[in-house]
Amino acid sequence: MSQKVLLTAKEVNIILHRLACQLIENHLDFSNTILIGLQPRGKFLAERIKQVLENEYQIKEIQLGFLDITFFRDDFRRGEKPLEANKTQIDFLVEDKKVVFIDDVLFTGRSINAALTAIQSFGRPSEVELLVLIDRRFSRHLPIQPDYRGRQVDAINNEKVIVKWKENEGEDLVLIETKN
Amino acid sequence: MKELSVNHLIGIKYIQKSDIDLIFETADHFKEVINRPIKKVPSLRDITIANVFFENSTRTKLSFELAQKRLSADVISFSAAQSSVKKGETLIDTVNNILSMKVDMVVMRHANPGAAHFLSQNVKASIINAGDGAHEHPTQALLDSYTIRESLGDVAGKKVVIVGDILHSRVALSNIFALQMQGAEVRVCGPKTLLPKHIESLGVKVESNLRKALEWADVANMLRVQNERLDVNYFPSTREYTQQYGVTKELLDSLDKEVVIMHPGPINRGVEITSDVADSKQSVILNQVENGVAVRMAVTYLLASKIK
Repeated sequence: MSQKVLLTAKEVNIILHRLACQLIENHLDFSNTILIGLQPRGKFLAERIKQVLENEYQIKEIQLGFLDITFFRDDFRRGEKPLEANKTQIDFLVEDKKVVFIDDVLFTGRSINAALTAIQSFGRPSEVELLVLIDRRFSRHLPIQPDYRGRQVDAINNEKVIVKWKENEGEDLVLIETKN
Repeated sequence: MKELSVNHLIGIKYIQKSDIDLIFETADHFKEVINRPIKKVPSLRDITIANVFFENSTRTKLSFELAQKRLSADVISFSAAQSSVKKGETLIDTVNNILSMKVDMVVMRHANPGAAHFLSQNVKASIINAGDGAHEHPTQALLDSYTIRESLGDVAGKKVVIVGDILHSRVALSNIFALQMQGAEVRVCGPKTLLPKHIESLGVKVESNLRKALEWADVANMLRVQNERLDVNYFPSTREYTQQYGVTKELLDSLDKEVVIMHPGPINRGVEITSDVADSKQSVILNQVENGVAVRMAVTYLLASKIK
């Protein structure tokens, strides 16, 4: 097994600022926008984006929720083991709001497909966008593309993209791992 | 990834503490789901479940049906009163006929102890026991423990007294197993005639005085007087039962602490507990009902994930 660094902490930080600016371009003061981090790994990116928007760009009162898609997945009973759920925390309705899904890696698109179904339990959003840190090109099973992407990579099937966060793993780092 | 150690839920006796923990963790998520504006998830859309009730039930059947529908399973329900059972069909034949319609899971209530176990050995489907005679009623015990955990933070170390007809009660037996497995202390309280002989061998102490039992307990689980099962007179009169084993507001107020009051339903108001106790803030009876749906969703989801 070999590992290659894709993004260092400094690069992750620059990308977070760029993504935040791109969000501001489209959402201005975020009064009608809701950020939704997809559990489990999108949570860290969503919290980080919110911090940057609040601390660096003085945008206040950003609504942030976390959505778990376990019970909406299309591979229930097809995997080896049952799928373990995480906490969903959405304390508001998304009716007529602009929703931005936030996840760390976009791969097959199936999680996003499940999230599109899951979010309907909380109302009918006026539109839904997708923000990802890493977009794995040429690996999609569904016609789903991100609206905001940090970095696009061409990773083949025996490669895995690993995103580490300071809050959880001690440092910000993106790696590509190759199984031999 | 965690999964249950069993393929059927026959009784608490057959599962482990880690199973209970997993069911409760999963139920936490489902409790959040059933409080959403849209209370439904599509997980079990390719699963068909038969609810086979050979004995009357309102709340358990409704609770299971609701849980199954909130998971998007297809549901067929069957009551013995309107079926060919009356024409003399055997249990295995009835269930196999239902299974040949491609059913993946069977939820069964039956008057005979061991019926669910027998079925799990003889038919090819995942079985959930919804009560078999005076044997077990595992989902009721799970939702009772879940409600204690919710009210008091934890089940371990808590003192629970089960009051009433222990002899005929599957709820009592499942509760004793479940509570002890989680580290709670259990006592039973009721007329001698309604306590099984050798109940102490389960590690349960008998307390004949209700006041003493309540002074000791954190939680009182008040069982229903099951008039339909009382074939002979086990106590002189309902009035006398109520005087000795009925919980009243005055009795609760005279204790120097708050005891959580539970009841598996349906309540005989004025017999096991008075109306003002049933409706008081100490009572968690309606929380039990809400938690019942979440716990049954968790059990169904976890067992369905093991169907290959």
